[in-house]
Amino acid sequence: MNLQFLADGILTGAMIGLGAIGVTLTYSILRFANFAHGEFIAWGAYLALGVASASGWLVAGAAIPIGPLSFGWGLVLALLIAMPLTGLLALALDWALFARLRDKASSITVVMASFGASMALRNLLEFLFTSRPAYFSRELQIAIRLGWGVRVTADQLALVALTAILVISLNLVLSRTQIGRSMRAVSENRALARVAGVDVDHVVRVTWLIGGALACASGVMIGLVVQIRPFMGFDMLLPLFAAAILGGIGSIPGALMGGLVVGIAEALSAATVGAEWRAAAAFVLLIGILLIRPAGLFGARE
Amino acid sequence: MIGFASYAFFFLTTALSYAIICLGLNLQWGQTGLFNVGVAGFVGIGAYASALLTTPATDAHLMGWGLPIAAGWLGAMLVSGTASALIGFATLRLRSDYLAITTFGVAVTIHLIALNAQRLTGGPYGIAFIPRPFNEVADRPLLFNGLNLALVAALTFVLYIASERLVRSPWGRVLRAIREDERAAASLGKSPSLYRLQAFALGGAVMGLGGALQAHFIGFIAPDNYLSSLTFLVWTMLIIGGSGNNRGAILGGVLVWALWSASGVAIGAIVPAEQQARAAALKIVAVGVFLALALLLRPRGLIGERTVVSRHLDE
Repeated sequence: MNLQFLADGILTGAMIGLGAIGVTLTYSILRFANFAHGEFIAWGAYLALGVASASGWLVAGAAIPIGPLSFGWGLVLALLIAMPLTGLLALALDWALFARLRDKASSITVVMASFGASMALRNLLEFLFTSRPAYFSRELQIAIRLGWGVRVTADQLALVALTAILVISLNLVLSRTQIGRSMRAVSENRALARVAGVDVDHVVRVTWLIGGALACASGVMIGLVVQIRPFMGFDMLLPLFAAAILGGIGSIPGALMGGLVVGIAEALSAATVGAEWRAAAAFVLLIGILLIRPAGLFGARE
Repeated sequence: MIGFASYAFFFLTTALSYAIICLGLNLQWGQTGLFNVGVAGFVGIGAYASALLTTPATDAHLMGWGLPIAAGWLGAMLVSGTASALIGFATLRLRSDYLAITTFGVAVTIHLIALNAQRLTGGPYGIAFIPRPFNEVADRPLLFNGLNLALVAALTFVLYIASERLVRSPWGRVLRAIREDERAAASLGKSPSLYRLQAFALGGAVMGLGGALQAHFIGFIAPDNYLSSLTFLVWTMLIIGGSGNNRGAILGGVLVWALWSASGVAIGAIVPAEQQARAAALKIVAVGVFLALALLLRPRGLIGERTVVSRHLDE
């Protein structure tokens, strides 16, 4: 069997993993399944597209491809600017909606509010940009042969490297710094953490910033490899949840591993059953893990 | 005048079919606190099941058994209820969010099956020639629409009475007890997961019936009828009307459907044709903001839940 599906799956898995980290963080620290997280992916991609077009318009060389890659430094700059912007969008949504419901309503009401917010945010994108797909770059890329029948493009290699850098640095932050310790404390026991002097509101803000920024990175990756559409985030939602649950809620390495499992399963089902069924792979995995081991592959039992 | 009355009948028929879906959702959410994000999926299961059972034999899709309409509707309730029971079995013993995530997955997967399993479902072309009730008088629109309205109104009434009786029965009290305090209910010997499963399956069956009714009144279904915007619309209906109250569910269904179709007519009349897709997107944004505001400002809805202890006690 051709191993190409493995390369495709790892790339898709990296994108799912980055988004799933945000889902797993909000789930473990704010304790609700955020259905609007997919929209951070889509909004992140459109924000980056806006900055990249602006930089290409201001400075002539911004869009000239770097070496074998299909994009120029304009997109790198756009990613660096759009990541905090998407984090701010997540913060704004929390301020306007979730924070107000969190204290007075049941957690499931917050989930419902996130469902409404996702509908509104997605359709706002469709209103602003129509459903026509957009692209960061129209450069063609020649795939590199890696052997065993596997071909990858330079972009794909760069994106997998970017994912590795982001996840490793995030894991270092969470395990080595004060804010990381506070985040883990709030996720273990919110009330006890507050009593121990942890600034819970600060932890909540940092959680949204990290989740939004990683979602933006995931959106830019999807935009580069596939295309930018208003529904791009919505289509990621089921894989994101499947990956977060598969990896065990609250676990960052788990979310990435879960993302890789879902990504490879999607690529495998596309290669064997047919590409039109790839979205069902995440659902099958989700039902399987809930029936067999609801705490996830890497999580501890509650 | 006759045209207007005929349209009003048709409008009310559709609105009441949404009210029936809302009654099903109210049983799941309003009474039991189960968050179903896959309403469109269960409505779709009912619509497809009934269509496949009742359409005449054809090469476009499998089955087509040409059964009577009533058999199709019963089949729709059965298939939708069974699907809900299976999903409930997998998720109801877990945290409440897991049900939301899984039902969301159900809706995505059902849409995928409707779209891609062309042999079974007709694929993107959908299923046509679904028999319509009272089709023999279809050439007299006023009578035809009036009879259809009478039929759906009678069904809504029966379901309303049944739901009210359930709410006031010992079974309904257990549901609310579990919703309010699961541990207390469990300590009294009631199995929360079993009761939840029953409520979820029953609610799913009612939604499936609602979907089947819509399919038969229109006579044609396609996969894109069952997208997440349908789920969203039904949720908005229930929250605006008042979840936990069966009358609220019916009121919300009719009222929100009226607003929804009126704004659709307005967009069709005012907005130029090439901008209509954008205007439709803005309409959904408006409903999303509306739902969020309702959750923030008036979570009880227009007529919220009343405290019901027992039908033997005066309120």
